[in-house]
Amino acid sequence: MDSTQSKQSVSDDLMILNMGPQHPSTHGVIRFIITGDGEVMQRAVPHVGYLHRGIEKLAEGMPYPSFVPFTDRVDYLAAMFANHGYALAVERLLGLEVPRRAEYLRVIVSELNRIASHLIGVGAMAMDIGAFTPFLHGIREREKLNDIIEELCGARLTYNYVRVGGVAFDIPAGLDRKILSFLDTFEPLMEEFNRLITVNEILVKRCANVAIIDAETAKSYGLVGPNLRGSGVDWDLRRDLPYSAYPEFDFKVCVGRGVRGTLGDAYDRFVVRVEEMMESVKILRQALAGIPEGDIMAKVPRKLKPPKGEAYAAVESARGELGYHVISDGKDKPYRVKIRAGSFTATSIIEHASKGLMIADLVVLIASLDVIAPEIDR
Amino acid sequence: MVEEVGSPQVVEAGFEGAPGQGGVVWGKVNYLLNLPRKHSLWYLLFATACCGIEMMQTGGPRTDLDRFGMVFRASPRQADLMLVAGTITYKMAERVKLLYDQMAEPKYVIAMGSCASCGGLFQKSYSVLKGVDLIVPVDLYLPGCPPRPEALADAMMKIQNIIMSENWHRKMTTRTEPRPQLGKGGIVKRA
Amino acid sequence: MTFEETVARLQEKFGDAVEGADERDAGRPGLLLGVYVRPEAVVDVCRYLHDTPELAFEQLSCITGTDFQDHIQLAYVMMSYAHREVMAVKVKLDRDEPSVHTVEGIWATANWHEREVYDLLGVYFEGHSDLRRLLMPDDWVGHPLRKDYKEEPDYHGIPTTRDKALGKY
Repeated sequence: MDSTQSKQSVSDDLMILNMGPQHPSTHGVIRFIITGDGEVMQRAVPHVGYLHRGIEKLAEGMPYPSFVPFTDRVDYLAAMFANHGYALAVERLLGLEVPRRAEYLRVIVSELNRIASHLIGVGAMAMDIGAFTPFLHGIREREKLNDIIEELCGARLTYNYVRVGGVAFDIPAGLDRKILSFLDTFEPLMEEFNRLITVNEILVKRCANVAIIDAETAKSYGLVGPNLRGSGVDWDLRRDLPYSAYPEFDFKVCVGRGVRGTLGDAYDRFVVRVEEMMESVKILRQALAGIPEGDIMAKVPRKLKPPKGEAYAAVESARGELGYHVISDGKDKPYRVKIRAGSFTATSIIEHASKGLMIADLVVLIASLDVIAPEIDR
Repeated sequence: MVEEVGSPQVVEAGFEGAPGQGGVVWGKVNYLLNLPRKHSLWYLLFATACCGIEMMQTGGPRTDLDRFGMVFRASPRQADLMLVAGTITYKMAERVKLLYDQMAEPKYVIAMGSCASCGGLFQKSYSVLKGVDLIVPVDLYLPGCPPRPEALADAMMKIQNIIMSENWHRKMTTRTEPRPQLGKGGIVKRA
Repeated sequence: MTFEETVARLQEKFGDAVEGADERDAGRPGLLLGVYVRPEAVVDVCRYLHDTPELAFEQLSCITGTDFQDHIQLAYVMMSYAHREVMAVKVKLDRDEPSVHTVEGIWATANWHEREVYDLLGVYFEGHSDLRRLLMPDDWVGHPLRKDYKEEPDYHGIPTTRDKALGKY
């Protein structure tokens, strides 16, 4: 082969690389087919479905209250949100009102779960960049949260706690003091975390100006949650389409500001998550101070038979809008349950946002979107 | 000073000597050759669903697996143990089989959680593999949904017991599964 | 703008392409209210809802496909950031040959939602840039979310049922 022919073949050929489904950097089993020229990618196409368990079809074969454990498995890092969304949808179909103490308990466990999920989210992002220690810091704090929730409802990961009509168990004596003492140790730990990691020059150089998603693209691709707020759009379901006891609390919605680099880059999404954890601490303190007395469960019949109708209920989970579209036909089993998760739309934007990135930056993009495989595949 | 390992009827190994003056370690060949295998069991980082989070928490600061000598490896060629953690779907099953074939002998499989043992709570689902032992041979089934980190550490210690009770020579010289070949992937159905 | 005003606006603009709307239920204020349109008019109605400043439904939350035994219903659930509203546009499709034009030109997120509906229910979207299976393996037979779906006895040699719970024990 003479030299001109070999030069042509080197510059025209694009390399096709397969990443996953088993790979230390993907957040669950997602597969990427990367077309690129060495390290710079032209396109990274995600292939999903490796964890599709048919949860929506299973819902059609069981009574309404029995489906709650399956919603845990939809988002296992923050399962309370998943339970809450389904319970909210069925309560809207029934026209049921939940007692105020149960609403406060739901808010408390939801915000504890938001902190737990964001700890893994930011820790995994640091680990994907190459720093192993922040992930262990996150896991250590999450263990303390697991202990608190285990004392409340008996499970560390898949809770089955927020049921249709209220919650399953009441706070045992002394747990609110334990939560407050956890929050007192958590705030200085977060300051240490911020000093070590959030303003760390290496993290900033890896994340700032990488994978910029502007506000119009984010809205068109249906991004939600910290991903949408990191691009500058001020939308939070807790404030804008309020549900449960959130109207009674005072908190700030964290929106990306382009702190270091451009608005909408990976560093903004990281900072939004860190700030949201601090806001959750504020909400928890207010909720624990003002929790009213009363029942924890409304009067629900044993066999739930909502009249015909459709309901769509969305909660602001750690990954954005987790919505349940439940269709009832008057019988005791749902006719159709559709789960709308934030990670589904976040994975669909990867193909668009990965043009011109390097493969190592693709890892940063996936980590900054905080995708989780069962939300995509259900 | 004499120290012995094993029961009084069957002594596996022992140490005879004095502090500061050295001594003699003696033991059965089987015991001495299985001992380093037991204390450096590297597991494949393969996590599909919720059990994967409990696997990560087991490797975390509280129930530390590193003190047993167990670290996670991303490549199957560097791993001894495959912890199948999470639900396996039909789409993923061929990849699981391929990963198992790519691991080097001697290798062990723990089916962690209900989903990997028998399909878990997804029995009526159309796309879930009802138990990973339909495609790979499993050494230990660990029930739980998800199992606690203490239960997973206990399962790893039971695998260590299995290793110590094996015949080292027979284990090293028999090969159970074929090496993967180009174009000849696919699933072999197990009875 | 409330749901009733929106329906009145759509009826005024599109005439009899709008087939009807859900009734509000006083005892259940949280229900999802939807307007039924003809399949041919879906793209125009959605574009009107997206572009008009008083409505501004900029987020497509999901496309829910349901198999009612005599027809297939698609519900486009959408949200408005500016006016904080949620509503649905519902379409009834023929069950044997369900087909509707894609709304990918209005919301880019419809690409994946429509692929999922195609995969699980078998609805064909005209004009879609990349219509192929998303969640099931590429060589899967059948559309699982249909009510008359029957599972195959095995897939690539793996049995789909488990006879003895404890395997070889």
